[in-house]
Amino acid sequence: MRWRETWIVVVAVILCGSVSGAQAEGPYGIGRPATAAEIAGWNIDIGRDGRNLPGGRGSVSHGREVFAQQCASCHGDKGEGGVGDRLVGGQGTIATAKPIRTVGSYWPYAPTLFDYIRRAMPQNAPQSLSDEDVYAVSAFILNLNGVVGPDATLDADSLAAIKMPNRDGFVGDARPDVK
Amino acid sequence: MSSKSDIEDQSARTTRRRFLQGGAVASGVVLGAGVSAAAETDNLPPHVPDWMKTPGDPMGSQPYGAPSPFEKGVIKNISKNLKQYISASGRTPLQELDGIITPNGLFYERHHGGVPTIDPVQHRLMLHGLVERPLIFTMDDLRRFPSESRIHFLECSGNPGYTKPYGKTASDLVGLLSCAEWTGVSLKLVLEEAGLKPEAKWVIAEGADAAALTRSIPIEKCLEDAMLVYSQNGERLRPQQGYPLRLLLPGFEGNMNVKWLRRLHVAAEPVYSREETSKYTDLLPDGTAREFSFYMEAKSIITRPSGGQRLSAPGFHEITGIAWSGHGKIKRVEISLDDGQSWQDARLQEPVLTRALTRFRLPWQWDGKPVVIQSRAIDETGYVQPTLAELLAVRGENFFYHNNAIWPWRIAADGDVTNALA
Repeated sequence: MRWRETWIVVVAVILCGSVSGAQAEGPYGIGRPATAAEIAGWNIDIGRDGRNLPGGRGSVSHGREVFAQQCASCHGDKGEGGVGDRLVGGQGTIATAKPIRTVGSYWPYAPTLFDYIRRAMPQNAPQSLSDEDVYAVSAFILNLNGVVGPDATLDADSLAAIKMPNRDGFVGDARPDVK
Repeated sequence: MSSKSDIEDQSARTTRRRFLQGGAVASGVVLGAGVSAAAETDNLPPHVPDWMKTPGDPMGSQPYGAPSPFEKGVIKNISKNLKQYISASGRTPLQELDGIITPNGLFYERHHGGVPTIDPVQHRLMLHGLVERPLIFTMDDLRRFPSESRIHFLECSGNPGYTKPYGKTASDLVGLLSCAEWTGVSLKLVLEEAGLKPEAKWVIAEGADAAALTRSIPIEKCLEDAMLVYSQNGERLRPQQGYPLRLLLPGFEGNMNVKWLRRLHVAAEPVYSREETSKYTDLLPDGTAREFSFYMEAKSIITRPSGGQRLSAPGFHEITGIAWSGHGKIKRVEISLDDGQSWQDARLQEPVLTRALTRFRLPWQWDGKPVVIQSRAIDETGYVQPTLAELLAVRGENFFYHNNAIWPWRIAADGDVTNALA
């Protein structure tokens, strides 16, 4: 009897194990689970509402220094453009024959600026700036565009709270538009 | 950095370079840089040529293979005057190619942070977000899934712009276009492996390049016909095409087909990345801009005879070109031989595949008089490829992306073929 009970327990354990194992696997059982730490390490996506912005903060004045060192050689000392995109100005030109598309005139969401600088800039060493430096450079570029003041310091909350000048400038795809 | 200026620079400059390359022209239908037509030859009967009197190259002299040295002019159309080369594009020489498949070495390229060299053993794909089971896959894992192969075109959405200069050759105009047989695993299978949550509406794809390029894709497309691709035309992807893994979204603008794919983030809304806000949006005359404009609409172009080529003599010539639609199969291609006044059906080469290039042909007797020829595609939705004037009337010149205009070629009395809208 004792043996039988033990056997039942063993079978039950095996069944439970395999059942919970099956729940943890997809149809093919291929791949391994990604841990929370692994996801946090690779998930650098920043939502337009600022979701997933990291801690830290950066000032316009510090951003001016970082920009001069890391960005100005391509984008110009004041973001006027060069080998890299022009970053400043263009407000009021978007509906003209010569639109100038910049962060200030065209980009709809400020958190996108943090996302792009962190993942792709500077072009010769992407993902090399600290989060603080990325906040600072974002603040400096937004200041050059008149979006924040010269004394501004940005963090996750204040960057997400910015309403960009062209936020309401985007519409859905209306094609086919020629028939 | 991105598209407008480098694409424009490219059209203007590569055209001049290719024109100069094409200088060794004698007679025949001269088809650009790749073909050096030789009217004069010593190799006439009864002469026996040297290459028959001595053995050729031994087996193994080219363990991978390369085109004939006489085809060395058939190369990607790359500007020598780009502002920078790590965020730039190189075009397929469409006018040099036959059929519908683009050789891998000539497949168009567009990079935003250079071409990374990735060890496939080190590469991982992470799938996370609104899924039951966040997963990490090795390349070996992905190759264990049921595989499939399909033929689809891929086209850059800025191909070409709406303002001059438009370029001189078919490649200058629409060379950011290629077509291949892709092999990989259906994205739907891989998403099902992780288990989608009901709130899952978008998938944000990220590349493992120095741009960490990111685009958001509607879940409907991911479940319809998207693929995770590891091979192209039978061989593993080339580094320029995303080795060891890329996303393929048949019929969607090229930029969304993320190369060097390392992450899929399932989300409730798009991420509004730089590429889908400040780039790859279409600016209308009233200052608003269309966002998330993914599909490449029906389009065609005559590749022979086309700009930069020359008809040697009046008489028979075959008109041929390619047509494609992001919305499905090409139903019909019409050709006009009178500057757009009348149209006749071209013959479509089988197979006619969905979201793939379709080759069309029309036999033609050229009477030696100046003429303007052009093609227009009609896809299975009934959509008719518009003229440039019709597009400009609705979109204005600032639109930039998704220019699928009809492109006419002017043939002069001496046989020279030029861009009729340039």
